[in-house]
Amino acid sequence: MDRRRFLRLAGAAGAALAAGSRRARADGEPAEVEFIGVLVDTTRCIGCRSCEVACGEAHGLDVPDVVNDGALETERTTTTRQRTVVNRYSTDAGTVFVKRQCMHCWQPACTAACLTNAMYKTHEGPVIWREPKCMGCRYCMVACPFEVPRFEYDSPVPRIEKCTLCWDRLERGHIPACVKACPVDTLMFGSKRDLLEIARVRIYNHPEHYVHKIYGEHEVGGTGWLYLSAAPFEQLGFPSDLGTTPYPEFTREFLYSVPVVFLAVPTLLAGLHRLSRDRENS
Amino acid sequence: MPGGGELSTARPVWIEEARHFFRFIIAELKPRRPFVTPFNLISIPVMVVGAMLIVIRFARGLGSVTNLTQESPWGFWIGFDVVTGVAFAGGAYLVTFAVYVMRTERYRPIVRATVLNGLLAYVFYAGALLLDLGRPWKIVNPIIGNSFGYNSILFLVAWHFMLYMIAEFIEFSPVVAEWLGWRRARRILHKLTLATVIFGVTLSTLHQSGLGAMFLLAKSKIHPLWYSEFLPVLFLVSSVFAGLAMVIFEGTISHRVFRDRIDRAHHAAFDEIVIGLARGAAVTLFLYLFFKAVVFVHGKHWVHLADKWGWWYLLEVVVFVLAPCLIFIRGVRLRELGLIRAAAVVTLAGVALNRLNVSVIAFNWRSANPYVPSWMELVITAAVIFAEIWVFRWVVTRMPVLQSTPLRLVEEDHRAA
Repeated sequence: MDRRRFLRLAGAAGAALAAGSRRARADGEPAEVEFIGVLVDTTRCIGCRSCEVACGEAHGLDVPDVVNDGALETERTTTTRQRTVVNRYSTDAGTVFVKRQCMHCWQPACTAACLTNAMYKTHEGPVIWREPKCMGCRYCMVACPFEVPRFEYDSPVPRIEKCTLCWDRLERGHIPACVKACPVDTLMFGSKRDLLEIARVRIYNHPEHYVHKIYGEHEVGGTGWLYLSAAPFEQLGFPSDLGTTPYPEFTREFLYSVPVVFLAVPTLLAGLHRLSRDRENS
Repeated sequence: MPGGGELSTARPVWIEEARHFFRFIIAELKPRRPFVTPFNLISIPVMVVGAMLIVIRFARGLGSVTNLTQESPWGFWIGFDVVTGVAFAGGAYLVTFAVYVMRTERYRPIVRATVLNGLLAYVFYAGALLLDLGRPWKIVNPIIGNSFGYNSILFLVAWHFMLYMIAEFIEFSPVVAEWLGWRRARRILHKLTLATVIFGVTLSTLHQSGLGAMFLLAKSKIHPLWYSEFLPVLFLVSSVFAGLAMVIFEGTISHRVFRDRIDRAHHAAFDEIVIGLARGAAVTLFLYLFFKAVVFVHGKHWVHLADKWGWWYLLEVVVFVLAPCLIFIRGVRLRELGLIRAAAVVTLAGVALNRLNVSVIAFNWRSANPYVPSWMELVITAAVIFAEIWVFRWVVTRMPVLQSTPLRLVEEDHRAA
């Protein structure tokens, strides 16, 4: 994607979010690309599932019949035919609707797992799946703490299906389909920095209205999607035991030890061989 | 190379040699033993059914034969065929280390069979991996082109599998050269052995531990009794006793089935070899228990012992690690081969149980719909194992695997060295 055009888009989105943003990018390129994401304010969600419909239409997947299918009665997960789902929870703060999809982690487990770079963290933040590279090993699914990547078990030419933050739409200068479709501003698209500030401002202005936590600010090192809620996040089906360490950290030490082993073990073995030879000769 | 003028005279010889070579290969391809045996009667139907199921799997997708789910993307094929099978194949790196690096001549009689076993295990388990890959035609992606996922443990493991297969083939190649009577090729290949063994042992330490490291990324999904940041160490140490137990197990069977292919000196030495291997297995089992205890105490895992997962864990550690460790020790003390063989079998079962626990059973332990393999997954696994045994049998009954190297070749090696 043309970086300049992308930044204009992100800048425009940012400006639309907060007029007079600190980084209005009228002149020239800034030094760094900012990660983008979406803020979900679950206190605003009415459970209309327009986002599910828009997602299905945008990606040629299943378009749910939101009036008749009664899907809110059960807790659903994303599928190979639906990249996002809305669930209904009964919580301390009453009924809450929560949209779920890929969290677009800052340092994703899936991309650290992928041995072909098919699962790829773009410079702008969205985590995308690149079909030509994927060999279908499903290690991304093993690694993902949010259980997002979905595999087509019933296809001889299977694909991994997951939210890409509408990467194809972003490239064409549009915002994600679900954000565009949301009628009540539950979803807000922008740079992660802006979104965090907005989230904090909302908690600060209405301290009685929210739990004082932004889910995704620190979880697994931070995610591109951020959530605000009136009820504790455990009651909304969010995993609470993930910690704040980015998942790639768990394997980093092992990977760093590889070159050391490649130097040390052959040296050691050659030395042992020499010793055994000397012993034999003496 | 003959020049242009000589080619016309050289050609008949060349053709004659090729004809001789093909006649030899065709003669070798013919069955050597009675065809109707209990093993054949069981293995042939299983392999036929397995082959049909494999066709279905590629025509209609993984879901048509496996019970894999979105929650449990890795099942029996990964957990047993690959993650357990590679541990079982660990004997090759240990025995080549003992014989070629440490020059422990005692183990030389088993080195060829062990390397052959290791080579076939890797070839067939990599084959099983191809069945499990959703898009196996893309398997070259991590090897060529611009698709190097350096950050991935699986990238490391995949490369090591491939390189190790090549290393094991080079280690085994002098046997093939002896079989074909290629003396010059054998001399050259034989000289490569030590360097290849050193390379192979290095690769093995890394990919045996790498298999464990792969599961470090599943931190939130594996039951805390089985998840540990020491998984790579635990996998490496368990690959040692798994490999040794497999050599004992496989050697015992080979010595019964292929008795006629084994020379008498080798046969007599085998008991001492088994006792030595058993000693190694006992020591590493004990070391493994020690690591397990450290992980357990360090992780404050007492609280997890209360429920059924705790009992399952204790079963694994007490019955399948502590018990075989003690039986091995007793077997070595009393020089009782029956005890040692029993301990080897229990050890192998324990390694399989542990690997399946980490990769399948205690993985997503909170799931409401736990994965259970389908009968088709089991049949295909059995077919892969039977196919491997068929190839092993074919090679062993034709190539000098279980015999000592002919004396004239040993003398040649010494002259070269």
